[in-house]
Amino acid sequence: MASSSERSPPPFPDTEDQDVLDSEEVGGRDSDEDDGEELFMSASNTPLTKQDTPTSPDSQASDLMEDLSVGPPSSQTEKSAASSSPEEFVDLTNNLESRVAAESSSPEPSDEFFDILGSETQKVEVEASVKADSGEASSGGPDLPGEKTGSSSAAPIINLDNDVQPPRIGGKVIDPLAQILGDTPAADPKKPSSAVVDLFEDDGSDIFTGAPQSKASSRPEKGLFGEPDEDLFGGPLGAMSKKTTENEGKSGTAKAAGPTFSKPTEPADIFTEEAAATTVPRTSNTVNSKANGVHSEEDLFTEATVELSLDSPRSSRKNEETSKPSASSSSSSLSAPARQAKPPPAALEELEDEEEAELEDKFDVLVSVKDPEKVGDGMNAYMAYKVSTETTLPMFRNKLFTVRRRFSDFLGLYEKLSEKHGPNGLIVPPPPEKSILGMTKVKVGKEDSSSADFVERRRGALERYLQRVVNHPLLLQDPDVREFLEKDELPRAVSTQTLSGAGFLKMINKATDAVSKMTIKMNESDAWFEEKLQEVESADQHFRKLHALVESLVVHRKELSLNTANFAKSAAMLGSAEDNTALSRALSQLAEVEDKIEQLHQDQAAYDTFSFAELIADYIRLLGAVRGSFDHRIKAWQRWQDAQAMLQKKRETEAKLLWANKPDKLQQAKDEIVEWEARVTQFERDFERVSATVRKEVLRFEKQRTKNFKRQITKYLELLLQSQQQLIKYWEAFLPEAKAIA
Amino acid sequence: MCLQALLPRPAPHASFIQEGSALRSVSVDLNNDASLLIDIPDALCERDKVKFTVHTKTTLSSFQKPEFSVPRQHEDFIWLHDTLVETEDYAGLIIPPAPPKPDFESPREKMHKLGEGEATMTKEEYTKMKQELEAEYLAVFKKTVQVHEVFLQRLSSHPVLSKDRNFQIFLEYDQDLSVRRKNAKEMFGGFFKNMVKSADEVLIAGVKEVDDFFEQEKTFLLDYFSKIKEATAKAEKMTRSHKNIADDYIRLSATLNSLSAEESTNYYIIKFCLKLFQNFLRVCLKKVEGRVASDEELKLTELLRYYMRDIQAAKDLLYRRARALADYENSNKALDKARLKGKDVSQAEEHQKRCLQKFDTLSESGKKELTNFKARRVVAFRKNLVEMAELEVKHAKNNMTLLQGCIELLSGN
Repeated sequence: MASSSERSPPPFPDTEDQDVLDSEEVGGRDSDEDDGEELFMSASNTPLTKQDTPTSPDSQASDLMEDLSVGPPSSQTEKSAASSSPEEFVDLTNNLESRVAAESSSPEPSDEFFDILGSETQKVEVEASVKADSGEASSGGPDLPGEKTGSSSAAPIINLDNDVQPPRIGGKVIDPLAQILGDTPAADPKKPSSAVVDLFEDDGSDIFTGAPQSKASSRPEKGLFGEPDEDLFGGPLGAMSKKTTENEGKSGTAKAAGPTFSKPTEPADIFTEEAAATTVPRTSNTVNSKANGVHSEEDLFTEATVELSLDSPRSSRKNEETSKPSASSSSSSLSAPARQAKPPPAALEELEDEEEAELEDKFDVLVSVKDPEKVGDGMNAYMAYKVSTETTLPMFRNKLFTVRRRFSDFLGLYEKLSEKHGPNGLIVPPPPEKSILGMTKVKVGKEDSSSADFVERRRGALERYLQRVVNHPLLLQDPDVREFLEKDELPRAVSTQTLSGAGFLKMINKATDAVSKMTIKMNESDAWFEEKLQEVESADQHFRKLHALVESLVVHRKELSLNTANFAKSAAMLGSAEDNTALSRALSQLAEVEDKIEQLHQDQAAYDTFSFAELIADYIRLLGAVRGSFDHRIKAWQRWQDAQAMLQKKRETEAKLLWANKPDKLQQAKDEIVEWEARVTQFERDFERVSATVRKEVLRFEKQRTKNFKRQITKYLELLLQSQQQLIKYWEAFLPEAKAIA
Repeated sequence: MCLQALLPRPAPHASFIQEGSALRSVSVDLNNDASLLIDIPDALCERDKVKFTVHTKTTLSSFQKPEFSVPRQHEDFIWLHDTLVETEDYAGLIIPPAPPKPDFESPREKMHKLGEGEATMTKEEYTKMKQELEAEYLAVFKKTVQVHEVFLQRLSSHPVLSKDRNFQIFLEYDQDLSVRRKNAKEMFGGFFKNMVKSADEVLIAGVKEVDDFFEQEKTFLLDYFSKIKEATAKAEKMTRSHKNIADDYIRLSATLNSLSAEESTNYYIIKFCLKLFQNFLRVCLKKVEGRVASDEELKLTELLRYYMRDIQAAKDLLYRRARALADYENSNKALDKARLKGKDVSQAEEHQKRCLQKFDTLSESGKKELTNFKARRVVAFRKNLVEMAELEVKHAKNNMTLLQGCIELLSGN
């Protein structure tokens, strides 16, 4: 469930409230297209709430118990989901076949399904991949009735992408389906496993408010299934279709799958367009047109798509997550499913796209920090930098603009961003640290090389920091970032001062955070996170060590350059003292060569510093930010757990009251339970959302790190190469001089 | 410390014999006379003592056998040098500088430190550092053998010194020479002598020089000595920082290695990091190369150092001559005084004559020696500088190919 939970936009409280409300008014809600988990969450909850009123307390209690019992499985599911997702990832990137296979493994859907019921998602996956080839044409599901096929084909996908549903389904095949179809949960509990078709039809009409009626009539079950499926799994489908077009051999499967799922799919379109705008233009177009004919929402979606394509995949993701930007606002609640439905595989897809985009080094926003300048005198002096932005994005007023910012402004920006986005699990790129020592040197006004070095280092770090911020699709959309880049005057960032009251408060906060971090013992349910955290921590250690080493390398290199200069001087002296003219000449030549080599060493030291040490320092900072996002996830988890404990308590009270037969207080207790259930749901969703974001962010981070590292290392090696070439030149020029000594 | 294990066995040794002969031809007067050939084919390190095997091949009749090997210690070399210096007859010669005491302290100390720090390091890092230290130790060892060899070769190529009785005993006597080490008193005496000498140098500096050649030589050598001393110190420093960098690279590559091992659990980064690691291993190789380059700087440093000592020896010669001159002038004065008093005139005359004679011989052979020295120095500098430049070019070219390979590999994938 964690994986598919991208749905909720930043103003979470609102949407969640809305969701809660929605779940109560069953029939005609449009916004019920919350994504899978949400759906099932609300689905499983709604029955309760619904039943609350009509049924007697007894039965309700039993329901509650049921609900509770459902709880633990969910965590299991999560785990399996988590563990399965890396595999998915592998699938995506490495062997598309298995993915397609999994999809097309519908011939034996019932088996899978039962496996799923046994909540062995992984096993299913394995099975699915084993059945790779057998399932090719079976999307039609010869033996099975339409619904069956639909459900079965949906199921594997769920396994792969959303992972959440199947186990959650518990024992009822229909339940999940119904949930998937659009949480008209009222029907579910009443009709356990009969009249599936009816159910779906009903659901379908409910969900789509009659829009796809004609479709539904033509192929009732499939259409119905198709739509919800697309909503939920549009992303993966898009991804798949891309993959399949790449792999000619598999395209058949994709098409087979296509009609079942993605025919009327706009969400899928969005993704296909994003993911494979060029690769599958034909299919997506046709689908689009079809969709246009059928759906009323499609306009909105196409709008969204346009926006998205303008903003490039990254910003589109941003759009999906924050409801602020125009695209999502225009698409309103209808686009919600699209956003929500996008499971991590899609995100991975995007990552790949991103990479492709970035391989061309096409940044939509290019930020440079230039001209550090000391403003003021004495201890009140500060450094101001010129921040120039070059952009092609329409969201900025100009193509090129420049503002002056001081260092604390950069810090202030980070404070704002991390406050806003940190809790959501985003990795907010950290700025360089305040350095009292370095800055004091600058302030005192010593014009020595170390302070110049310091300023240059900081300038570079600030530039990279800003570039990272604007490269992040979500952060770029943040109004504060825009303000920072565009606005002429910024209110002074006070809270960044170390010695101010705010700084003090921050320190206290940090201390309490550290304490709570130690006290919170999270029994990590998700192996992926556990692994990643360990990885990040060991990487952090290694990078720190590496950094120390590179720093010492720089120190030694500088020493060498100094010593070489000294030697050059004394060689020149020796040359002047030498009475043999040729030897004297050679010695002074040697002095010259050494002088040049000294320059080389100096340059090399600068390269070491700027392209190697700073790179590592950056990553140490970033790794800290990654850990921060992990911490936020744990905090979210803690909130959820607390709420659950509270709910449990409330229920106990209720049971006690029931036992004591105090009907007057009973109602209040029930209300409280409802309230806390909602809260648990919300927090759980929060947690999942944060988890998903963190996961995505970490993947993004890794990807970028890899790329960045490669680029930097290549650059570094090239610089080394250059200096070696210079060295050769110098010595070769010296050689005849040495030979001329007679 | 089990450094004995590292001692050069024939295989590594063969290579530095060649180097030795290369150096010999440079720093020593070219002497194609094959009547007396000396080399040190092997050496053994036992605790603080280094035992050199001195191998001699000769056609001279003064030796009992045409070919023989004897074991000698560093102290024996010092003894030989001291006896040569103290021989009155050789006052007019530049006595080849004694080889410096073998110094294995620094690699030993490092080895010790490494052993202590073993726990804090990763395994690869440790092994790499150890290898590095072993290589360094070997280099120091080679260098030590070489300077001893050069000392003997210079003696053997000198027309007068090669006939020295002590030298021949040193080469021929197949038992342990068991030279007594200087005791504390003698050490102090030597120190005192040095003090007196330098005070004396100052005193006789006022004596007017009678020969322009020596006047020039003196100023030149004094100047040159101070310059070359400085240059040597600077070159040493340079070499040391070069070595530091090489050490840094080793640690760096070890860390990168463990980093990439760590990251290999990560799907994304596996390939890349392996690549990275590979590259850095290569770059590290290059740095080992860099170490070799710094070894080659030893060529420069070593040359400078040797000539610093040689110039010291030349200066000693000049001092002895100046001393003789001062003695002569003093005897002149004494003669004048005696004539004035009419007492012991013949004795004073005798003394004055002796002094003059001594001074003249000194001047004559000194002139020859100094001219020789100059030519030798120029040839040695030429040879070493050329070699150094060639090596630098070679190393830089190697590095370049390595780097190019790395970059291609990186950009290729």
